[in-house]
Amino acid sequence: MYKYVAKRLLYMIPVLLGVAFLVFTILSLTPGDPGSIILGITAKPEEIAALNAEFGYDKPFFVRFFSYIGDVVLHFDLGTSYQSRQPVIQDIIARFPNTFWLTVFSMSAAAIIGIVLGILSAVKQYTALDQSLVVIALIFASVPGFWLGLMLMLLFSMKLGILPSYGADSLRAFILPTITVCMSSAASLLRLTRSAMLETVRQDYIRTAKAKGASGKRVIWKHALRNAMLPVVTTLGTNFGASLGGAIIAETVFAMPGMGTLITTAIRQKDIPVVMGATLFLAALFSLVILIVDVLYAFIDPRIKAKYQNGGKRRE
Amino acid sequence: MGGSVVNKKNSRTWEQIAEFWRRFRKNKSAVVGLVILLLLVGMALFADLIVPYSKCVEQVGVERLQTPSTAHFFGTDEFGRDLFARVVHGSRYSLFIGVATSLMALVCGAILGASAGYFGGMVDNLICRIVDVFMCVPPILLSLAVVAALGTSVRNLIIAITISCIPGNVRLIRSVVLTASEQDYVEAARSYGASNARIIFRYVLPNAMGPIIVNTTMSIASMILSAAGLSFIGMGIQPPSPEWGALLSAAQTYIFTSPYLLVFPGIFIILSSLSFNLVGDGLTDALDPKLKD
Amino acid sequence: MNKTVLDVKNLSIQYKTDLETVYAVNGISFSLEAGETLGLVGETGAGKTTTALGILGLLPERTARITGGEILLKEQDLLKLKEQEMQKVRGSRISMIFQDPMTALNPVLPIGQQIGEALYLHNDEGLTQKQIEQRVEETLELVGIPKARKVEYPHQFSGGMRQRVVIAIALICNPDILVADEPTTALDVTIQAQILTIIRDLQKKYKTTVIMITHDLGVVAETCDKVGVMYGGKIVEYGALEDIFTDKEHHPYTEGLFRSLPSLTGNSRRLQPIEGLMPDPTVKPEGCWFAPRCGQCMEICKKEAPPVWEDDAHKIRCHLFHQKAKGGE
Repeated sequence: MYKYVAKRLLYMIPVLLGVAFLVFTILSLTPGDPGSIILGITAKPEEIAALNAEFGYDKPFFVRFFSYIGDVVLHFDLGTSYQSRQPVIQDIIARFPNTFWLTVFSMSAAAIIGIVLGILSAVKQYTALDQSLVVIALIFASVPGFWLGLMLMLLFSMKLGILPSYGADSLRAFILPTITVCMSSAASLLRLTRSAMLETVRQDYIRTAKAKGASGKRVIWKHALRNAMLPVVTTLGTNFGASLGGAIIAETVFAMPGMGTLITTAIRQKDIPVVMGATLFLAALFSLVILIVDVLYAFIDPRIKAKYQNGGKRRE
Repeated sequence: MGGSVVNKKNSRTWEQIAEFWRRFRKNKSAVVGLVILLLLVGMALFADLIVPYSKCVEQVGVERLQTPSTAHFFGTDEFGRDLFARVVHGSRYSLFIGVATSLMALVCGAILGASAGYFGGMVDNLICRIVDVFMCVPPILLSLAVVAALGTSVRNLIIAITISCIPGNVRLIRSVVLTASEQDYVEAARSYGASNARIIFRYVLPNAMGPIIVNTTMSIASMILSAAGLSFIGMGIQPPSPEWGALLSAAQTYIFTSPYLLVFPGIFIILSSLSFNLVGDGLTDALDPKLKD
Repeated sequence: MNKTVLDVKNLSIQYKTDLETVYAVNGISFSLEAGETLGLVGETGAGKTTTALGILGLLPERTARITGGEILLKEQDLLKLKEQEMQKVRGSRISMIFQDPMTALNPVLPIGQQIGEALYLHNDEGLTQKQIEQRVEETLELVGIPKARKVEYPHQFSGGMRQRVVIAIALICNPDILVADEPTTALDVTIQAQILTIIRDLQKKYKTTVIMITHDLGVVAETCDKVGVMYGGKIVEYGALEDIFTDKEHHPYTEGLFRSLPSLTGNSRRLQPIEGLMPDPTVKPEGCWFAPRCGQCMEICKKEAPPVWEDDAHKIRCHLFHQKAKGGE
């Protein structure tokens, strides 16, 4: 098992390098150079050139890329903002906690709501409860999170006046954004859990368990649940990514200072180093989450675990 | 004789389609989805007949921020423009972007995924590693990076969303192709010397079609949501274009005074996304009868 | 004289969906004494597995319904039991071995746990966890698996070994009746013999009554005391092993089954498969269900359902013998 984790950790290095290269390449397509972006086109060419040199923009692409990677690895330096001329990492440290907590709250809420209701729905198949849950889930999967956020804001902040509509100062301020972000993930997890559960109870080993004389409840909890959770767990990583994306948009709705507003503001101001640093930072976090999910999966599926104990090779 | 063979094949295809339609029709919510979808498509195609485009841009100063009435079904915005006209014409953006991005992502995904799944080895390895890298960037960040580099426009929005959707498609298509190419009939085709391309297009892809069609339908729904979301945060289509997300973005300022400006575009986003999801669900059941008891 | 353990009387089972009704089992009867083995033979779709699932009360809830008959386990009608009472019967008094050992075991639980569960669920003797573990180990050794492997998971076993695990699950509670549904079909020929030997040895040891469902007459010859030949959800011929396997009167379908077997004793003749396919189970034909495929079909066969012709315990459901009897008079 340790071997598996170690191997996955090692594999993260080239992947993260690849991510950095990908993001770096995309953002290098931006027209214009730092000098003219910061000083404007009216500035003197010498000043622009000097500033470009300061940002290392006069060097070829690959030199810039590797010196950037070097800075990240050696000094945890994600570059310098064109606008504030401050290290990007400072902005990230200031903004990241809000995004992180919003994502974690939403993700947990989505997992609890989605999985519990999904199991309930499957167990009560063919009942009115199941049918209404399916319909509700489908509708929520089709509602754009930001619109839901606006409607919640209308209801709870304006009409009822019980919850704040902006900011991130208190835990209460997180309630509406969390609901906004979690609903679509919860809906998709519900649908997935339900279908995985229904697929599992059709399996032969469920019949074997029944033939042993196990009760309906025991069959569900002891035999079906863990098997049905396998496909659900694999999507938790993707769901985290979706929640992160939802959080980025929800920050705009609720005027919350976070990574999302940091990135969108930076894009408007053409502050490429901030976009670059923030994107890389979140991508690294996301890869870490994917790794954790993979390891978790290996723990609940003995087939994967055994493969690594025997030193076997992974096949997806 | 050749003609009769073709005819036979055609009639079989028709039979299959008829059988498929019979199963699809049994699913009431899927039929509802299809009806909504057709209405929306009709609205997008005949937008100019429903309400002339000029109404979208016509700014009537005295009619600013009016609540819905018989003159303005959905009310008017802060410039006195008719919201109904803007929503009707906005459908063109959402539907076009949803379908275009999904189809482009499907084509890219199919080429890469099918080669990876079918050829295996080095090709598979290379494609999978690149996909791994793409999958480590949450889709919205990838889109934002593209928008940051290229700027905001309809074209760039389409590129941004398509790119974020390709890696998932590659994985899906690779795995269905892997499953399909392990089937005996592929082995049989190989044994009598069919070419790679023939095997992929004649045997592997048609048999892997089910999950791909369903996935594409569902992905249109999520593409519509992504496009609206990006436009809403100002990273997609810009006002004054009447794209639904952009309408919402502009209306956000008036949330407490004119909430109807938010309600109508939102409902249309939901309807279009929901209709594709409903149809996708219906397709899942109709294409895979064994999933039904 | 042995006492009757299982008595199935006139059992009928249908599957009903919105679109159609499948007449899967149509009035079958048989009875078994302690330690006997009944072979149920027939093609796929003859209603063998449905019969087995009916006896265990494991038919799919929404579609299947038992439309008539009785299943008496030591004079207690299982069809009248509530689900909770039936749970006490399943696994302890009647247990089942399934066709495909590759899918019959839960992939995420160690096999020891899966075997022990049957005993844990029917722990009438009040065994402690430790004693249950010990019984699991004993049972594993009985079916020829080293007890140290009880912590391993199904995917670490081969098909034959998994079927041994399934047998261990079925036998750990020492049931009155073991229903074996094609227990060797999914296995290699060499493994088949081993599995049959294990079942037979354990049956002798515990005096278990076995219902052996198979389409393989070889398996029947090796293991069974009584044989029921099933066709279209009916038992068309029923008798002791000797009745079926000797040159006596036979149902044309039974004869067809034998003709479609390759002979191992040398005199090579062409195999004669039975022409045609199983009848559509959604329609109840008027006459004999086998008539469309029967080489000796008469006019009456198409119109009237055949009565049972009896010669002691040997029963054949066919017009042929009645006609012959009449002609002889």
